[in-house]
Amino acid sequence: MSKVKQALSQLLLYKSALIGSIIILFLVGVSIYTIITLPYEEATRLWRAGEQYWLDNPRNALPSWMNIFSQKRLPETIVLTTEKAQVGVSKAIVPTEKFSIIKIKFSFNYEYDDFPSEINLFFKAKFNESSPYLTIYWVKPNGDQINLKTLLVSREDRYYVSGDEDVAKDLRRYISKKINVTIEYETPVTILLFAQEDASILNPDTVKVMKGTYELLIDGIAFESNADLNAKLVVYGKVYGLAGTDHYRRDLSIALLWGTPIALSFGVTASVTIALIQMFIGAISAWFGGKADTVLQRVTEVFMILPFLPLLIMISTFYKFNIWVLLAVVIALTVFGSGVKNYRAIFLQVKEFPYVEAARAYGAGNLRIIMFYLIPKVLPTMIPSIVISVADFVFLEAALAILGLGDPLAPTWGKIIDDAYTQGALYKGLYYWVLQPSVMLALTSLSFAMLGFALDKIFNPRLKEM
Amino acid sequence: MFTRVAKYILKRAVTLLVTVVIAVYVTIWIANMGGYVDEIIKSDILLSVSQSVRQNPLYRGLNETQIMKIINEIYDNELKKIGFDKPFIYRSFIYLRDAITLSLGRALFLSSDSGSKNVRIIILERLPNTVLLFTTTQMILFFIGLFLGLFLSRRYGSFLDRLSVLLAPLSSLPGWFYGIFLILIFASFLRLLPYGGMVDIPPPTDRLAYALSVLKHMILPVLSWLIAYSFINVYVRRTFFLMFSSEDYVEFAKAKGLPDSLIQRRYILRPTLPPIITDFSLTLIGSWMGAIITERVFNWPGIGSLFYAASVIFDTPVLVGLVVIYAYLLAATVFVLEFVYVLLDPRIRAGGT
Repeated sequence: MSKVKQALSQLLLYKSALIGSIIILFLVGVSIYTIITLPYEEATRLWRAGEQYWLDNPRNALPSWMNIFSQKRLPETIVLTTEKAQVGVSKAIVPTEKFSIIKIKFSFNYEYDDFPSEINLFFKAKFNESSPYLTIYWVKPNGDQINLKTLLVSREDRYYVSGDEDVAKDLRRYISKKINVTIEYETPVTILLFAQEDASILNPDTVKVMKGTYELLIDGIAFESNADLNAKLVVYGKVYGLAGTDHYRRDLSIALLWGTPIALSFGVTASVTIALIQMFIGAISAWFGGKADTVLQRVTEVFMILPFLPLLIMISTFYKFNIWVLLAVVIALTVFGSGVKNYRAIFLQVKEFPYVEAARAYGAGNLRIIMFYLIPKVLPTMIPSIVISVADFVFLEAALAILGLGDPLAPTWGKIIDDAYTQGALYKGLYYWVLQPSVMLALTSLSFAMLGFALDKIFNPRLKEM
Repeated sequence: MFTRVAKYILKRAVTLLVTVVIAVYVTIWIANMGGYVDEIIKSDILLSVSQSVRQNPLYRGLNETQIMKIINEIYDNELKKIGFDKPFIYRSFIYLRDAITLSLGRALFLSSDSGSKNVRIIILERLPNTVLLFTTTQMILFFIGLFLGLFLSRRYGSFLDRLSVLLAPLSSLPGWFYGIFLILIFASFLRLLPYGGMVDIPPPTDRLAYALSVLKHMILPVLSWLIAYSFINVYVRRTFFLMFSSEDYVEFAKAKGLPDSLIQRRYILRPTLPPIITDFSLTLIGSWMGAIITERVFNWPGIGSLFYAASVIFDTPVLVGLVVIYAYLLAATVFVLEFVYVLLDPRIRAGGT
């Protein structure tokens, strides 16, 4: 007990070990929180739900906390729908004998310093024969009313306002006339609908948001008595949630959160299992010697020649594994690695110690000696390198994901980096997309490495005496 | 003496060759679990048979169904000839022979820049690029580790020495990971250096300009590895030299009053050279394998990105070919090391253990 106390107090001497342990505890906390609040099945379902599920999210939005650091207040997403009671939404349907008159009004306050990323309208209409015929207006804070579009809607319909090139052309002409200068560049709809109408609009760098209350009006008519229409207006922002979104509008925090337990369990399981099995093989090799030794050493040499990563890639290419089978394959390919040689060399020395001799005289069996005399003697000295190697396996899992291998279902950090890379996030300046999973990866492996190096000084103090 | 050395080396060569053969055989088994290698061979044969039949003037006048019939007959015969009617265990040895003799067959989808489908040509075209990048990197790393390690081991406990211990955990992040950050800073943000690739597009025609362009593209990948692996390298070397500099004979040399530089050269560097060289060469070969992700991140047209490309589109012949070449490289390295050991370390007696 006093030995444990001593070790603990020594451990506290090392700040890096302390910091490492704190980070590891934090990551374990995140893992537990994630597993409890978001079951794995649910997470994978959400992660693979496809863009349809995420339609109300902005595409490639920054994390919301960016607003704390940024000079400009970036817009959040505004969703207004007639399907539930909501401030700023009014809907009236006036049925007569021959037709139904539909009036919907969305109004919202826009106080952000940047323009929305997209604007979409979604419709759900109920009717027997005649589709509702709608006219859609946009009212700016200065009172200008702009006629956006007239359209017939089907039962499930949508109108991508920000993708409407005709609206863009009309608005450019209209605003150019208003300020007596022609707008030269291809201003997108999102800017035209929200911009201040003065000279600043002529340049994409100076254009400013007109703050205030905006309205979107829908006037409709259906030529039957019992038609109904529900509409949803989504003004997509540029920030979302804890971690932002990706190109499929998915909430990145799902993969960031779930990446934690997956990375930890993968890394710890792999390094501990591999170290223990290698130790066992090394011990058998050293203890029995002779034929067993020769065979084990030859097998080890074969495995040392097998290129680990290429083989792993090949296997994962042929068989799409889930992450735990992949872990088993990693372990199988590594147990006969160069570690066996090191352990064997150590055990050859330990074998000659008097206490082993005594155990032999006392009549302990081979297996008993290996399990209770040899391995426990060596294990403490190897703990640091086991802890350090956790980092390697965490990165191995990430690397496989980055190569597009690994578990196709699991939402992991490596997956996010892979997506970001494939989508050219670094070219487009979407740094948050790469940085968030990278920081998590770096935190994880650094914490284990710091702890491991500090433990090395405590358990293997041979250098301290010099 | 000489014959003894020769015998010893021959024995090691045979052992290594046997090891390689077994390793390649294991690879073939792994690769064949999906029946992929068979598919390679079959597609090879079908291609060559249909080409020879279609180009043969004898069959010129025949219609398509007749030609297909002849092709199928010859194809079936060919399959029999190479024993495809025999069990896999028998055939696996044929593949082994092909792999060991480096007749690696044809790629399914990939082709070399010169347009060849021959796996060996594809691989040999890419190999120099990988070797260029990672040999440069490993050389620089090696010397940084050696000199800084020696320097710090002479100043045990100084501020710099403690700093090196403190920074060692930074090496727990791999090179490609730092690579992503370097691209972010120098390519994406500062626009100073290229995102990746090996040479400007279009490549400069002037030889000097071409070399400079390659150098420019090498800066970031090399730098990422230096940042990633320098700390641990220096730390390991320093610890290693510390252990050796506490040996009795070093103390004795010190007591004799020999100058420090001489002690370092003769009493510390000389006996530690064999393990250092082993470490260096195995790391070098290992870096060519682990470079898959670094090459992917930097879009470097080497063996690593070839491996990636092949694995994504299931180009099995290329994958198996690469594994075989890796195995050979590693075995050759180990073999040369045996040589070096015998030459360098007077304590190793050939024939001994």
